[in-house]
Amino acid sequence: MSPLAEPTGQPAAWPDTYGEEAKERMGFFTDTSVCIGCKACEVACKEWNLVPDDGMVWTGESYDNTSELGANTWRHVAFVEQNEPLRLDGDFAAADGGGDDALRWLMSSDVCKHCTHAACLDVCPTGSLFRTEYGTVVVQQDICNGCGYCVPACPFGVLDRRDLPRHSGDPPVEVFGVQLGKKEDGRVWKCTLCYDRLKGGHEPACAKACPTDSIQFGPLDELRERADKRLEKLQSENWNGARLYGHDPDDGVGGFGAFFLLLDEPEVYGLPPDPVVATRNLPAMWAGAAVAAGALVAGVVAAFAGGSR
Amino acid sequence: MSELRSYYGRPVLKEPVWKQEIPWYLFTGGLGGASAVLSAAARITGNERLARRSIYIGAASDAVSPLLLIADLGRPERFLNMLRVFKVTSPMSVGSWILGVSSSASSLSAFLNAIRRFHRVSDAARAVAAGSGAPLAVYTGTLFADTAIPVWHEARHELPFLFGSSAAASAGAAATIAVPPAEAAPARRLAIGGALVENALMVAMVKRLGMLGEPYKQDEAGRYAKLAKACTLGGAGLLALAGRRSRLASIAGGALVLGGEAALRWSVFKAGFQSARDPKYTVIPQRRRLEGRS
Repeated sequence: MSPLAEPTGQPAAWPDTYGEEAKERMGFFTDTSVCIGCKACEVACKEWNLVPDDGMVWTGESYDNTSELGANTWRHVAFVEQNEPLRLDGDFAAADGGGDDALRWLMSSDVCKHCTHAACLDVCPTGSLFRTEYGTVVVQQDICNGCGYCVPACPFGVLDRRDLPRHSGDPPVEVFGVQLGKKEDGRVWKCTLCYDRLKGGHEPACAKACPTDSIQFGPLDELRERADKRLEKLQSENWNGARLYGHDPDDGVGGFGAFFLLLDEPEVYGLPPDPVVATRNLPAMWAGAAVAAGALVAGVVAAFAGGSR
Repeated sequence: MSELRSYYGRPVLKEPVWKQEIPWYLFTGGLGGASAVLSAAARITGNERLARRSIYIGAASDAVSPLLLIADLGRPERFLNMLRVFKVTSPMSVGSWILGVSSSASSLSAFLNAIRRFHRVSDAARAVAAGSGAPLAVYTGTLFADTAIPVWHEARHELPFLFGSSAAASAGAAATIAVPPAEAAPARRLAIGGALVENALMVAMVKRLGMLGEPYKQDEAGRYAKLAKACTLGGAGLLALAGRRSRLASIAGGALVLGGEAALRWSVFKAGFQSARDPKYTVIPQRRRLEGRS
């Protein structure tokens, strides 16, 4: 199959390339209906993966002082305060502590989606980003040269380059007297779905630390079944706005390896409602570029039509 | 479509980490690629001075381009990792190889032209530089389009043509400056024609994009676009009116077109950042798409 062919359900060429080392595709199901906003996932992730401190800011945005995923944040808990009932049947008083106040507090732990068709992986020019035997998407830090192409390619804004002020003692790279790499450390970082822990037979740090099993780790097929059942239950209990996000293998990125049960529209949590992998349109784009290159040559030839001088 | 819903007005996407080296590379890459094509055409039609000076311009641009790209890397010392693989799914990978080939060929041809030896090798190198120069001048449009940035991805039909015509105008303008008016007629026509096509494409693109055309008209991107329009059209007009007779007008007109085309690259570059910063350009088109499907 051509690497540009319209893909379906499975990551391109995976898991054939792994032969006998191939594993089941693993992922996350983040059920935000039981998230309590404790941020244990954020802390466990930082601790296990040695993700550096990137400063302290008080945002005033509910309990969220992390704000977004990035090079130094691989789990991010969103907090949304709404004047909405938790349930649609009007019987929300008990859940909200009595009274007519329909306040609900949405919390959701966001993470890299480990897309079936990952734009970051497609556009990476060095082959640093790769598909592991578990079907996850990981940056090889010994190869990444910080070109930054994956950063705007990701439809979720997950990846970013780590550009922190350089600590003393670590001299900048010098080429012919010109100081390069003044920042630490110029490479792109994101969630690895704890590739190292998976290799050792452990679940990722965030899932391990989650006290309510809001973050569930397992084979993707199992998680999808579990999510369907959970959604059915919540809907039968009239939960307001319950829906799955990223579970559909026919969506614009071929389904997420890390998908969600949300209680409102994705954009309320800062997620794109209909993400698309840009490379899906790349065959047509290459064809357009070929025509444009031809047009450029034709234009130059035309400029000589009136004589060469 | 009801009002925009977002997470505290925060962007959904990340802005690119690319710095000023990238829009300048868009300009030098286009100038270098199109200059090689211009040089080859001039050589075939026997305009030796135009052929020679265009390949010098092309080689100089192609020498600067990789330096700009390397300087923009987070880890410049790892630039050779760009040639570690060839990936057709990555316009940056394909582009690195194109630039490598085109840059080597144009510098070889320029060197042999300068020492006036090995004409056949020089011509062969020039042919390679021209063959890879046209893709070099347009692929950056594909590179930008192959991202999640709304005003780049949705402009994917126009960007390679916009960048290609901008490159043609740049190459024509640079040669108009470097070659006496009597021998610069094709370069002049290329500069004028390229500038006109580029301006028409920009207007059509922004119009077709509708709401996503807004960032091209606002803030920094809008200011660069206005500057580009004024300079390119002014320069093209000057070349058309007085370029044939006056060396001074040729130089002034060519410089205006060159400056304008650089401003155009900056405009497209900045528009991408502006559209990534505002969640409405990500969320609203996707919402409309979903509503259209259901």
